[in-house]
Amino acid sequence: MASVVTSPAHGHSDHGENVNYLIAKRGLMSWIYTLDHKRIGVMYLIAVTASFLLGGIFALLVRAELFTAGRTIMDADTYNHMFSLHGVVMVFLFIIPSIPAAMGNIILPVQLGTKDVAFPRLNLLSFYIYVFGACFGVYSMVHGGVDTGWTFYVPYSSSDPALGGVGTASSVLPMTFAAFIMGFSSILTGVNFIATVHKMRAPGMTWRRMPLFIWALYATSIIQVLATPVLAITLVLLMAERFLSLGIFDPRLGGDPVLYQHFFWFYSHPAVYIMIVPGMGVVSEIIATFARRSIVGYMFVAMSSLGLALVGFLVWGHHLFVAGQSEYAVMVFSALTFLVAIPSGVKVFNWVATLYRGSISFESPMLWALSFLFMFTIGGLTGLFLGMVAVDVHLHDTYFVVAHFHYVMVGGTVMAFVGGLHYWWPKITGKMYEERPAKIGWALVFIGFNQTFITQFVLGSRGMPRRYYDYLPEFQQIHQLSTIGSWILGAGFLVLMFNFLGSLLKGKRAPRNPWGSCALEWQTTSPPPLYNFVHDPVVTRGPYDYHLATEEELSTGWDEIKDDHK
Amino acid sequence: MSSSTEAATDHGEHPYRGDDAHGGEHGHHGPKWLAHHFDTPVQQYDAAKLGMWAFLIQELLFFSGLFVAYGVYRSWHPEMFQQASHQLDKIMGGCNTIVLLFSSLTAALAVRSSQVGNRNATSRYLIITILCACTFLVIKYFEYSHKFHTGLLPGRFFHPHDLHGGATLPTNAHQFFSIYFLTTGVHGLHVAVGIGVLIWILRRNLRGDFSKEYFTPVDLAALYWHLVDLVWIYLFPLLYLI
Repeated sequence: MASVVTSPAHGHSDHGENVNYLIAKRGLMSWIYTLDHKRIGVMYLIAVTASFLLGGIFALLVRAELFTAGRTIMDADTYNHMFSLHGVVMVFLFIIPSIPAAMGNIILPVQLGTKDVAFPRLNLLSFYIYVFGACFGVYSMVHGGVDTGWTFYVPYSSSDPALGGVGTASSVLPMTFAAFIMGFSSILTGVNFIATVHKMRAPGMTWRRMPLFIWALYATSIIQVLATPVLAITLVLLMAERFLSLGIFDPRLGGDPVLYQHFFWFYSHPAVYIMIVPGMGVVSEIIATFARRSIVGYMFVAMSSLGLALVGFLVWGHHLFVAGQSEYAVMVFSALTFLVAIPSGVKVFNWVATLYRGSISFESPMLWALSFLFMFTIGGLTGLFLGMVAVDVHLHDTYFVVAHFHYVMVGGTVMAFVGGLHYWWPKITGKMYEERPAKIGWALVFIGFNQTFITQFVLGSRGMPRRYYDYLPEFQQIHQLSTIGSWILGAGFLVLMFNFLGSLLKGKRAPRNPWGSCALEWQTTSPPPLYNFVHDPVVTRGPYDYHLATEEELSTGWDEIKDDHK
Repeated sequence: MSSSTEAATDHGEHPYRGDDAHGGEHGHHGPKWLAHHFDTPVQQYDAAKLGMWAFLIQELLFFSGLFVAYGVYRSWHPEMFQQASHQLDKIMGGCNTIVLLFSSLTAALAVRSSQVGNRNATSRYLIITILCACTFLVIKYFEYSHKFHTGLLPGRFFHPHDLHGGATLPTNAHQFFSIYFLTTGVHGLHVAVGIGVLIWILRRNLRGDFSKEYFTPVDLAALYWHLVDLVWIYLFPLLYLI
């Protein structure tokens, strides 16, 4: 990264491409038809943030309803719709595209030192497929929504009362079709990233010099390509079952509902790693930057991402411990589930070791990364409780499970997503945000989140089943604590949102390298030019090699003087 | 099929070998089919090929769910599957297999002639491939309409009558036909998409987009077509023969 090719024929200066990507072309059409990965990423970012807001509103409504036993603000049917929509929106519209498609699109080619992803048109196509799928989702929501839970378990989802079935009358078809379509968006992004990582790396960007975020996205892409099509065909079967009464999943017609669960979780368990592995990548970047040293055990952290991708395919059966799976399968899946702890543990220990004797500073991205460490560890360890068959029989389908996966998905992925947003915000928008409200927002989210979900571990271990509308009076106090926590959490996100909006409107201009990082993406301008670098970079060291970085690279980035007359 | 190494020698130097190659070659100075974000033709070719293989892997996994459903239900009801599969027309299925295998050969020949820059031969082979694909769908249409007439339909539309050889089917045979129609239907959809893709490639070939130096789209379309063929090669014995 230390050297720059300076051949005059080589720079892009003749083409007016040094202007930053946000204003390189103007007008709405230049966004709608853009092939620039950064602009596509920004459009994704807006879409997933809107989805997060929508899913968050559903979540707040669910929590509000649970404030008292019995009816609080809505009837039981509406409640079923609310938690189902919360799940569907958060999983398919927000969390799966959040880090890979939105953040990955913007950052991956810059970190690789290339001009764009391998297939820019495919990239734009996958964004529009996502939007098209989201439209079906919204259509389903206006036309009755779904009350099946985000898992669309058969036979409830597949048995249509209009055809003499006994299942739900809600609009399952458009919603599953939406998930089907959005799956293809995810697959195409995965295909694109795999080809990009393999074939588009800058000269000198060897596999061992790749940022850990790229390793994480690479592992994620493999899961996206291998797992998502299985969900697609499962949903095709589900739609056909509902429409034609196939008899594959519906037990009344000779089908097997457990087969659906096998199919569904063959995708949806690896999908959990689609959600968390990119978050781990973000955290690796932030921790290296704010501890100002190279990641301890770089290759172990990189390989543990691939390890998670691999092991993730072997453990889907742990969702079926009480669903009527053979007990030998249960034992095997339980044993395999414990394997997940190994790559996860490798990561956590290496991050902690990186912090040891690092020059740590506590800017807001670092706060999110550290809270990721804390909460992901809780989420991961409680996952081991659930992987243990004897314990799972007691805890299955209780609030303990809800708390566990929220600690991983929110305490893990959302923390990493928001942390990454704070970390790369100056690079993406060219604006700084106010540090103080960012920290206040972080504190509110941290406190609110823990209050909402630690209480749910207690609820679950005492036997409160998930998805229930009503509960016994002795649970009321803990439910209220949890609901109050959700308000603090919501308030925290509002603070963050206003802080970001304020930054867009009147934020200070961001320098190239506000955090003093030695990684490649901080060496170009903020925001980067159309082709990411003024001169095509040649990489001579790893992204965390602080001992090899020049003073200039840690402060002003590259060739400040050479192109600053622009 | 040409391997990527073969193509690499066709296209010259590897992009990242030495500073000279990097400093001298640039997208803006390359041929018009070289996209702006690639440094060299070989990089573009390799990326496209890898992307296509990744896409084909997901296609395979897409079909895997159907194959698993087939395997599970066959293992549960082997007799029913055997009886029901006798209702399928082995002659038509066999003809379709031959047609599709032949079309895979012509697709491969189209790639070969495109690699050596023989544009007319490429067009000829592409047309034969497209015609074979259409033949496949026509035969499939006759098979389907026969099933429609005798009520051998998936799920709740399953009302068998006037069966071949006066046979009677077990009541759960609707599951076999559910799987039959889903697998062949999804496969048929892939054939239809393939026809569209091949027509587009043919148009581009007639327009003169391809040359000895640039034949990537022909190559990728043929790869896709081989996958469609491959899936059928498994479907035919599983559904018709055993």
